[in-house]
Amino acid sequence: MSLIVKTITRFTVGLVLVYGIFITLQGHVSPGGGFAGGIIITLAFIQLMLAFGQDEVLRKLNQEKGLLLAGIGAILFLVIASRIFLKPQQHSFVAEKHFQLLSAGFLSLSEIAIALMVAAGLFVIFLTLVLLIEEEEKEKK
Amino acid sequence: MIFAAIMAVEIKDLISSVIALSAAGLGLCLAFLILKAPNLAITQLVVEILCVIVLIRGTINKDLPLVKDGRWLFNTIATLFSLAVLLLFSYLALKELPNFGAPLMRVSQEYISTGLEKTGSPNLVTAVALNFRGYDALAEAAIIFTAIIGTLAIARKIGKKDEE
Repeated sequence: MSLIVKTITRFTVGLVLVYGIFITLQGHVSPGGGFAGGIIITLAFIQLMLAFGQDEVLRKLNQEKGLLLAGIGAILFLVIASRIFLKPQQHSFVAEKHFQLLSAGFLSLSEIAIALMVAAGLFVIFLTLVLLIEEEEKEKK
Repeated sequence: MIFAAIMAVEIKDLISSVIALSAAGLGLCLAFLILKAPNLAITQLVVEILCVIVLIRGTINKDLPLVKDGRWLFNTIATLFSLAVLLLFSYLALKELPNFGAPLMRVSQEYISTGLEKTGSPNLVTAVALNFRGYDALAEAAIIFTAIIGTLAIARKIGKKDEE
């Protein structure tokens, strides 16, 4: 891509990433949540890949690493969900103080786990499809 | 339901197998209804209808011979009869629905009044989605993870090289 796209991407990728994390963490106070935040984080990586090419991104996060992250997210969510068998009545581990970042306890933790899984998983799907199309084009040549 | 499922596996004719499968799905839907899970029952019914349409489209390779002449009287009477039965049951079901603007608030009132204290989350959507209906969210995450794994299994490099 051209210099303009690369420069603007350098400015905006961080913003998009931070916005995704914000959506994820604020899911229990304002609209948002793990699924939406995870998709926004994926979009940041996709923008990086569109602007700088796949080699830059593959050096940071390849398919195996992404799949590992998605698996960690899924298992984390399963563990958080199965806490109900241990202490059925405990919903939160911090003192009750509504409308704050750390007010919902396990809800935020499961949001983070979902966001990790969705972001890594969707990015791995994107990577796989891109690499697949490239391979097919190589075979045609 | 179990009988229909066994039939769907064992039967030789493909289209009969699809019909037996749909009967099994309908039985599963009724089982969900009896177990007081109407949400799941509706989902099951819709997915079942979609799957049956796709499967029938996939199994019918050539057009089935349709016999139209000579049986028009029976056909008309059967159509009118099933239409009448459908309308009757729709009327009975529509009478049971609550009036417009006056929803049943038995479950949702409980969520609204006690959601903040029980979950500590001012956003009630998140409270319901991740706490009161937490297993739904877990199953959704499982579905997404299965989709990721399935995509990777279909589109990976190793499988393509083996095929060649």
